[in-house]
Amino acid sequence: MDQTLQFYGGRRQRSLSLTGLLLLALMACLLLGSNAVHAGNAASANNGGVQGADYWRQVTQGEQGYSTHKKAESGVLINRSGEEWRQLRIQQIQPYGIWALAGIVLLLAAVYLLAGPSKLEQPRSGSTLERWTKLDRYLHWAVAGLFIILTLTGLSLLYGRYFLPEVMGKSGFANYIQLAKSTHNYLGVLFALCLTLMILKWIKNNIPRLIDLDWFLQGGGMIKGKHPHAGYMNGGEKLWFWVLVAAGIVLSLSGLVLDFPLYTSELRNDLQLATVLHAISALILICGTLAHAYIGSIGTEGALEGMVTGQVDETWAKQHHDLWHQDLTDKK
Amino acid sequence: MARMKFLCDSERCIECNGCVTACKNEHEVEWGVNRRRVVTINDGEPNETSLSVACMHCTDAPCMAVCPADVFYQTDEGIVLHDKDACIGCGYCLFACPFGAPQFPQEGAFGDRGKMDKCTFCAGGPEEDHSQAEREKYGRNRIAEGKLPMCAEMCSTKALLAGDASDVSDIYRERVIARGSNAGAWGQNLAYNAAGKKR
Repeated sequence: MDQTLQFYGGRRQRSLSLTGLLLLALMACLLLGSNAVHAGNAASANNGGVQGADYWRQVTQGEQGYSTHKKAESGVLINRSGEEWRQLRIQQIQPYGIWALAGIVLLLAAVYLLAGPSKLEQPRSGSTLERWTKLDRYLHWAVAGLFIILTLTGLSLLYGRYFLPEVMGKSGFANYIQLAKSTHNYLGVLFALCLTLMILKWIKNNIPRLIDLDWFLQGGGMIKGKHPHAGYMNGGEKLWFWVLVAAGIVLSLSGLVLDFPLYTSELRNDLQLATVLHAISALILICGTLAHAYIGSIGTEGALEGMVTGQVDETWAKQHHDLWHQDLTDKK
Repeated sequence: MARMKFLCDSERCIECNGCVTACKNEHEVEWGVNRRRVVTINDGEPNETSLSVACMHCTDAPCMAVCPADVFYQTDEGIVLHDKDACIGCGYCLFACPFGAPQFPQEGAFGDRGKMDKCTFCAGGPEEDHSQAEREKYGRNRIAEGKLPMCAEMCSTKALLAGDASDVSDIYRERVIARGSNAGAWGQNLAYNAAGKKR
């Protein structure tokens, strides 16, 4: 009796091992029952049936039993993977995600403060070249705009509960997070569509060439010295493109699984895996996007106007994409 | 302070699904949602074993830890409850729960998950006790009436026990002694002395 009270009385000391203990207690309860079958019924004692630890092993390995309730996994008594998923999400993804986001912001701030933005070395020529067509720009800004909304709503779903209720009040947070989830689910599909179109439109410009290796070896012009040669897309842009392709596919597919479990999989293990892949690929892309946004705006003089107006100054083209500039002047 | 617990005695459970029916009826649980279910392992074989399972009102509840909308709360008696108004139907509580307790009605255009529904230990929700809103969203609040969960009350073999943990374990201990099961003794120790060993 004392021991019983002691066990339950200890619940206020919140520690992770308590879950384990609680599960253990439950396991033992289940186990006890079947042990009792063993002892209480002599006829069944020697028939080689599953009792005690064997029964428990069967149950925790997720073996399906029979249940009149006909929903996915109703026959599973214990699903152990939930706890692993919880630990992974709360103890790995959430803190490492914060570190990654903080790290990339600090890195970019350091680059800006120490190395400074990349300026045009020659004065502007005044004549411009078309770098991005209207379709290119629409695709880019559609993907970018959706990505920003999805980032804000997605990070709210990952981290919001830890600070937003204090910021916007409990009911404010409830309304906001409901809106965030719906927005995230619906716009996510649109994002996947736009991203696919953008990837298809741009893939031919992003085939890796030997010259890109050279671009990387020279640090993309970051190391003082002459600017490395580059065609229409330089090595860094191609790298970002392929990161976007790889992480974008994982992100979109896992997102669609989470969006439409009825048409994909309702199994908990699949959905757990989908949330993990979704969070990791999203965090990679958010970090990448921050770097991309820095380099494409304040980090490189004359770059942003290309994606806004479609036109870049010839001086900029000569400096950053000399081979592309060469090609265009040769054609004239 | 009492600590509320469920315990299902697998030697007694005869898979009659009385608990399931009692629960559905008491709370008028919506179509497609079962707060409690009975699972039979090795069905039809000599060693078949049945257990009734619902939310086990965990101490360090996984659902509570992962919910992005933070809708869960635990009463002083250890009952895990949730605020349906704030639930966003993401399903994370179901992914984390070892028992498959959280249930979702299908809603919306693509069979979206609706507001999560699960066993409340017959303790209602955040709304005012015995209010119409509480009745509609969470079912009857028997705890506030001074009664124990309907499933256990209706259990024909008293396999399913619900109530204060010390009472539940006392009843179970008596049964183990009456059965003369030596094999159960170590389990009892493991179940209720596990916390003591660690400290």
